[in-house]
Amino acid sequence: MARKTGGNIKDLLFERTTGAFAFLVLFLAVLLFAVLLRESIPALRKFGAAFLVTGTWDPVLEKFGALPFIYGTLVSSFLAILIAVPLSVGAAIFINEFAPPWMKTPVSFLAELLAAIPSVIYGLWGIFVLVPVLRDVFMKPVTKYLGWVPLFKGPVYGPSMLAAGVLLSIMIVPFILSVSREVLATVPQRQKEAVLSLGGTRWEMLRIVIGQHCLPGIFGATILGLGRALGETMAVTMVIGNRPEALLSLFQPGYSMAAVIANEFTEAVGDVYLSSLVLIGLILFAMTFAVNLAAKWILSKMVARASRGI
Amino acid sequence: MRTIFGILARTAAALVLSLAVATGAMATDPLTINGAGATFPYPLYSKWFYDYSNANPDVRFNYQSIGSGGGIKQITAGTVDFGATDAPMTEEGMKKLPGAILHIPTAIGAVVVVYNLDTVESGLKFTPDVLAGIYLGKITRWNDPMIAELNKTMTLPNVDIVVAHRSDGSGTTDIFTNYLTTVNTEWRAKVGRGPSVNWPMGIGGKGNEGVAGVVKQTPGAIGYVELAYAKQNRMMVASLRNKEGKFIAPTLEATSAAAAGVAKSMPADFRVSLVDAPGNDAYPIAGLTWILVYKDQKDEARGKAMVRFLKWAIRDGQKMEAALDYAGLPKTVVEKVDNALKQISFKGKPLY
Amino acid sequence: MKALFCLGAILVILPLFLILFDLLIKGGKELKLTLLIDLPHPVGEPGGGIANGIAGTFVVTLLTMLWSVPTAVLCGIYLAEYGKGKFASAVRFAADTMTGVPSIIMGIFGYILLVLPMKRFSAWAGAAALSMIFIPVVVRTTEEMLRTVPTTVREAALALGIARWKATLRITVRTVWPGILTGILLAMARILGETAPLLFTALGNQFWQTRLDQPMAAVPLQVFTYAISPYEDWHDKAWAGALVLITMVLLINIAARVLTREKR
Repeated sequence: MARKTGGNIKDLLFERTTGAFAFLVLFLAVLLFAVLLRESIPALRKFGAAFLVTGTWDPVLEKFGALPFIYGTLVSSFLAILIAVPLSVGAAIFINEFAPPWMKTPVSFLAELLAAIPSVIYGLWGIFVLVPVLRDVFMKPVTKYLGWVPLFKGPVYGPSMLAAGVLLSIMIVPFILSVSREVLATVPQRQKEAVLSLGGTRWEMLRIVIGQHCLPGIFGATILGLGRALGETMAVTMVIGNRPEALLSLFQPGYSMAAVIANEFTEAVGDVYLSSLVLIGLILFAMTFAVNLAAKWILSKMVARASRGI
Repeated sequence: MRTIFGILARTAAALVLSLAVATGAMATDPLTINGAGATFPYPLYSKWFYDYSNANPDVRFNYQSIGSGGGIKQITAGTVDFGATDAPMTEEGMKKLPGAILHIPTAIGAVVVVYNLDTVESGLKFTPDVLAGIYLGKITRWNDPMIAELNKTMTLPNVDIVVAHRSDGSGTTDIFTNYLTTVNTEWRAKVGRGPSVNWPMGIGGKGNEGVAGVVKQTPGAIGYVELAYAKQNRMMVASLRNKEGKFIAPTLEATSAAAAGVAKSMPADFRVSLVDAPGNDAYPIAGLTWILVYKDQKDEARGKAMVRFLKWAIRDGQKMEAALDYAGLPKTVVEKVDNALKQISFKGKPLY
Repeated sequence: MKALFCLGAILVILPLFLILFDLLIKGGKELKLTLLIDLPHPVGEPGGGIANGIAGTFVVTLLTMLWSVPTAVLCGIYLAEYGKGKFASAVRFAADTMTGVPSIIMGIFGYILLVLPMKRFSAWAGAAALSMIFIPVVVRTTEEMLRTVPTTVREAALALGIARWKATLRITVRTVWPGILTGILLAMARILGETAPLLFTALGNQFWQTRLDQPMAAVPLQVFTYAISPYEDWHDKAWAGALVLITMVLLINIAARVLTREKR
């Protein structure tokens, strides 16, 4: 009995101590949000909701608007998704359905390696390898013949929205790939066999089964990849061209929310300038938050359906 | 080593021990003075601080080149011991400071127009209107008649002009836009002068390093950088028409010629512009660069070390400038600066 | 059809090989001993190295882990063992949210909370920013690991009369300790390579620095600075620094994997 009482106090202490650290984590998250909010107030007060749609970024006149950066972040991220999703899903299907079993572990390992490469190294490779190749092999010829298309208008600099989109797509592939593979693996073997036994081809089986079963999951993977792309900083800063203007052509330089903060934060003289940058950070925070929430919700639904055996 | 506590405890102990060893040298560590700011004088400052720290092992100057805007911002916030800028602080800027600040001039440099063209040599000639036209986006191809007629001996390619400028708050930009504002009415109306302006077009590079990098990497590019960057990277430079109508190449001599007249008209606070200077051989885009220090220092040891360094910089330090193509301060200016240094004090006690 | 999917797989893996190949060739070119033990030279002067960056990276990473590992692991234990109510859900939600926050925002956090009041850029501020990335990740991996321990194990321990706190630590946690350690190592590899949070917290340093309340150099910062510069010499150093960085990251990743495999 005495031992039990002693144990109870220690148990309580243990619970309270670990609980205190849990509280600390919660506190840090709240503190982060509070700091962002407080520092954004001067800009919010001066510009209000118009901040989201104003295109000027003029430190001299202290007139700031987030439009070019929101545009750049969204365009580069969507471009990345456009390139990464078909490739990742295709690769996932190949690895899960067609590849010999010995290939699965090495390929997963390699994809994880891609995820482990720091952003600044992607940026380094982007500046010296990707951008010159894109410029000379793709952008210059395309502008020559299709330069009248607004999406491909020159002049061609090299650093551009396209470069950022392509680099981002390489960076988010590992995430979409691994989630897609997990989603594909949840398809019950019975269903696949059923289609095949009814005389369907491999392709038809994939189309029917995956189309029916996996689309929400793959959509969730896409949104997850989008969340990562939205917040990427270093690699994008190094190849996007740093132009605070929302231009239509993919070959033109642009800017992203994370990149402008990285470039201009240390020199934002004046309260409004710094506050505008923090406000951009807050908007970015809200965007990634919403996107990640959506991804988790969709994926959890996927998991629930799978466990119910649908 | 069985319990989790055991493992955690040992890991923690190892971490704490290694940190203790690392920070244990605190007592014998040399004094670190932190500064940040302009990239314009960075080739010179990085040499200065490296040599000075080697010669004076009791003090280290850690300088981060983040742009003049950064230098002004961080000295205003007090997160660095000194700032560096080639854009003098404005009156409103100085009102926000917690105390009076000194602009200590250290060197004179030149902002040169660099470009990247395979088929053309160095020494392309530009007039103020042509330069403004390029940066306003009105002249878009290298073989534009306005450029061609100034450079009849060169064959200019039919290639787009890729305009590069600074993406960060820059004193170099301030000097460059000050020049364009002075010599071109359209620029003055549309864009104006400042460390950060609303560029009509072009790609942004971070720091002088970034712009030089962009121009080097991009065929057909044009940009503006401090002379040392152009020289160190063996870039093609343009000759600009100066106030007297002569086309001047950016050289140490031309920079010194631009600075020659400044000694007489140097104001007491040293905030003066050298742009479009008079003189036959004067290079039209020259500029002073300053170190920003508070008159009233917060830390005696640091303040003393700062003053000792600045005294060295305006005399011995000047000897290193020519090798990096910065023009030294004229003799009379040095005396005036020396006097200004006497104003730096700690709690009323002069640190000179 | 199969060919198309195969092409997808190839295209997906190809960039990895291209990047690693470039790192080895271009980085290996400049990888001399001087790179690893020398301080940076003045701008424009060839030679010099990134030694202070390597040291700085270690210091900032270890400093971060000093308070982040206990915080995250203990929080993870709480969530796994006592985490049923609203409070626990809130904590989980907070940690999940933080894992998705872009790292540059953690840099803003570090600047506002530490750099401005301390009136100094410092290793402390850098570690504060990095811990905001490290902690949420390790909280989740720790909790997930602990949840894999079947309830039966816990119940058996309690039935034997072992106090709950002892049972948690000596049995539950110990069972999955390699997995928890894996999570810690992977998070460590991640913060090793982070640049954005350090841009305006640790700022960077040209010299050796042992004081934690001063700006500190770090390899990712140096790679960034050198990459966007015009000097060929610095470009070579950027590649070499990147090679050093990726080696550190990969070694830790491999160590983490070996740990998990050993467990089996």
